[in-house]
Amino acid sequence: MAKLYRLITAVLRLAVAGAAAAAAIIMVTSHETTSFFGIEMEAKYSYTPSFIFFVVAFAVGFAYSLLVILVRPGSTASRLVLLSDVVVGMLLAGAVAATGAIADVGKNGNEHAGWLPICPQVRAYCVHVEGALIAGFVSLLVHFLIIMYSLHAVAEPLCCSH
Amino acid sequence: MDLEHGSKTKLPAAPAAATPACQCNNKLLQLGDRLVAVQPVVLRAAAALATAVAAAVMALNTQSYTAVVAIIGTKPLMQTFTAKFRYTPAFVYFVIVNAIAGTYNLLVLIIRRLILQRRTGGLVVHMLDMVIMALLATGAATAASMAELGKKGNLHARWNPICDKFGSFCSRGGIAIVSSLIGVALMLALNLLSAAANAHRPNVVGQ
Repeated sequence: MAKLYRLITAVLRLAVAGAAAAAAIIMVTSHETTSFFGIEMEAKYSYTPSFIFFVVAFAVGFAYSLLVILVRPGSTASRLVLLSDVVVGMLLAGAVAATGAIADVGKNGNEHAGWLPICPQVRAYCVHVEGALIAGFVSLLVHFLIIMYSLHAVAEPLCCSH
Repeated sequence: MDLEHGSKTKLPAAPAAATPACQCNNKLLQLGDRLVAVQPVVLRAAAALATAVAAAVMALNTQSYTAVVAIIGTKPLMQTFTAKFRYTPAFVYFVIVNAIAGTYNLLVLIIRRLILQRRTGGLVVHMLDMVIMALLATGAATAASMAELGKKGNLHARWNPICDKFGSFCSRGGIAIVSSLIGVALMLALNLLSAAANAHRPNVVGQ
């Protein structure tokens, strides 16, 4: 039973690490230069602090997921892992939320503030950021599944002796 | 032993001694246990207050000013520029999430006695605590990113900062975000305490 638990969590954590790495890499490689009406416009992830936070947070999520596979279930470190799982999940969720806010302004603009949407001008950049957001969401979802499964495994005795 | 109930099982085991030193020790133990039992109530009340304040301050956040836009002949044309929280989806989400968190904490405070008698009730409250704390964190993150955009703008996207024109709107928004972050920290402390208390249970699901 403990081996099954360990296998399932290892597979899920590898999925989280993969999706987090994908999200960070897709965001880092988003870059487009275009010119309209003679004005040159360059769009890059490093021009927005929220996108930089997104890259850093998912890099941390990737490293954390890989490191946590090495923890043995049932030891004192595994209780700490459950707690740090929640904290890292909050970090990833905050990164996705912040990036989502900026992406929404970039796509729909904000007429009250006089901010025009930039997606019609830099369409490939927008698609890139959308892809990174989707990968981030997938990573967050699987991380949430890991937390739920860990709680379920903790709440039932792992070994069938009462 | 439960977080909310303190360590009631410890008190009867304390030996009833006649010497004053032992009596002082017993009194100190009782005081310590009472403090431990009252911690989650104080933390939860503070978290409810912080999130309610954040929601209220952001919801009442509005500012407008009138400026001359053009002069037609000799008559100046005035226009009113307004900034409200509901012009930005991020702030709307922020208000909603903080309202949810404040109401949840208030509810748990009020019906504490009913819920926490059973073990499953304590577990459910712990799970909901984690979920609502994660929601709060996302709300604060998204509002902070919009606030940073409003303050510094983004010259590459030709988005001008608005905080120089709407100064008090920005500062009130900042206060709301800080209050929400304090609420997140308090709920994290609550979660840690609950986790530490639950870890001492030999069998978590009811016996």
